[in-house]
Amino acid sequence: MTQSQTSPVRSATGRREPSRRPRGALRRQEDLQGKLLVAPTVLVVSAAFFLPLLAVVVFAFTRVRLIDIPRLTFDRLRWTTDNFATMWASPTFLPALRTTVVYAVGTTLTSLAIGTAIALVLRRPFFGRGLVRALVLIPYVLPVVAATTIWKVMLNPQYGIVNAFGTKVLGWESPLAFLTTTSVSVGGVDVPVALPTVILFEAWKTAPLVFLFVTARLQVIPDELEEAAQIDGAGPVRILRHIVLPQLTGVLALLLLLRFIWSFQSFNDVYLLTEGAGGTEVLAVRVYSELITRANIGTASATGLMMTAVLLVFLGAYFLLLRKRGEVG
Amino acid sequence: MRPRTRRRLITALLRLVAVTIILAFSVGPVLYGLLLSFRPLSTIVNEPLNLIPKPSEIDWSSYALAMGDEKAGGFGLTRFMVNSFVVSFATVAAVLLVSILGAYAATRLAFRGRSAVNVLFLSIYLFPGIVLAVPLFVMMSRIGLTGTLPGLVLIYVAQTVPVAIYMLRNYFGAISESIEEAAMVDGCGRMGLIRRIVLPLALPGIAATALYIFMIAWNEYLFALLFLVAQRDRWTVALGIARLTEATVPAPVLLAGSITITIPVLLAFFLAQKLLVSGLTAGAEKG
Repeated sequence: MTQSQTSPVRSATGRREPSRRPRGALRRQEDLQGKLLVAPTVLVVSAAFFLPLLAVVVFAFTRVRLIDIPRLTFDRLRWTTDNFATMWASPTFLPALRTTVVYAVGTTLTSLAIGTAIALVLRRPFFGRGLVRALVLIPYVLPVVAATTIWKVMLNPQYGIVNAFGTKVLGWESPLAFLTTTSVSVGGVDVPVALPTVILFEAWKTAPLVFLFVTARLQVIPDELEEAAQIDGAGPVRILRHIVLPQLTGVLALLLLLRFIWSFQSFNDVYLLTEGAGGTEVLAVRVYSELITRANIGTASATGLMMTAVLLVFLGAYFLLLRKRGEVG
Repeated sequence: MRPRTRRRLITALLRLVAVTIILAFSVGPVLYGLLLSFRPLSTIVNEPLNLIPKPSEIDWSSYALAMGDEKAGGFGLTRFMVNSFVVSFATVAAVLLVSILGAYAATRLAFRGRSAVNVLFLSIYLFPGIVLAVPLFVMMSRIGLTGTLPGLVLIYVAQTVPVAIYMLRNYFGAISESIEEAAMVDGCGRMGLIRRIVLPLALPGIAATALYIFMIAWNEYLFALLFLVAQRDRWTVALGIARLTEATVPAPVLLAGSITITIPVLLAFFLAQKLLVSGLTAGAEKG
């Protein structure tokens, strides 16, 4: 779920010191209690994670379609590797993979840049800062469906404000259907339209999260550092480049991986805005259309597995980074 | 003017410009949607650049139309909202029941496999939902739970338990262990400890987690689409608005609907803003 974008980072608080670990009977009791208390969670999670995970691997290697569901039992599965062959042979698969990478990289970098810029502007106290900080969070809190509906109206070729402004004030020859046009020719150069539009949308929606993280980190930079630099005659630009930004590299690296992992699997934003039209078909939308439009569970699962394989690399990097920060055991 | 005063003035002016741009970027689209929801479609089409309605022009009919029952010519948003409230509250209740116990164990108790459990929750949390959606859809169809609200709640619970545990652990970890040890010495059992000490002390954190889970369930779109698309009377708010966008529903009605479904989540978020923000960004202040 895209909305569930909290930080999966936690502080190491509450971890027992080894010396205080209880011994003997008490320790056995605690072991048992821990297992009992965590059992419902593990049960729920296994039913909703391990079982489907196993199923998606099985489906990826079987010939199975939506109409087969009522008669689906394990001993009737027909094993095959055709799903992967079909997936690779499709002329639209590699473009979709490429679009996904462009989309993920584009939204990640744009939201990091915008979120960091907002955090830096709102860093020093001023009149009304509390209100501005709260308002800045609105795109992140907004239900994604409400956000896409508003953007669709805004970009509408007949009555949307963007096209009205473009044709009446900027002198465009005709309104532009931002969400369905792959590219327009500007002075002989093809400029992509729909993909940057959905990238801008997701960056708009997720920049507040970056803003929150960077603000939390900015608050713990000791003032003495900047004061010392100021006394040494450094201007605001040099202080930003040599004092503030280096302090942010840790949190930005974390956000880079986190945002990439989430935009790579993003379904809602693209599907609700374009349904994959105009060169915006990302892998997540493709998994959905293989499943629902083509009614083919096998190829949908194969595409999903492929997506997961790419993501595992980044998940691994993320865990390494967390371990380095001492946040996961 | 002295150079120092002048520099301050320039800084203040630059900040004013920057803050104006930031607000236009963040809130502009939402404000646009809000303003248009009070105007009839004909005005929007004729004067797309004229945004501020005169007081006499303010038109609430789009809200009435969006909320109204289908039989009365409306678009049924009231029923979508009832469905979403039912689904969200059921999800929150079930998630809290399971995850309070799990989060307590994962924060406080030394049991074999604890770190494996922690890594597991994190992995699930980052795992692509769309990939799990395929087998979950197939499995739920096989046992006949697609098309029902309880089926949807089941999925939401499973998908949000890891998030809830992550947030709760931060709040539980902040409780002093010595209070708990004192209670244990006084003969308090483990469940009594959770009920009498941990719950009251972590109540604000639990409330923030509950509000966040509520927001996730209220906003969720993919599983609602997969499970309920054929059952119009069970549509949730997200699915309802998305489906109406596909149909030829006038723009002001769609915007009125979008604004209406936003109000509960905005209220929930700003009620618990401080706690949510600290729960969301825990760990960010490390280098």
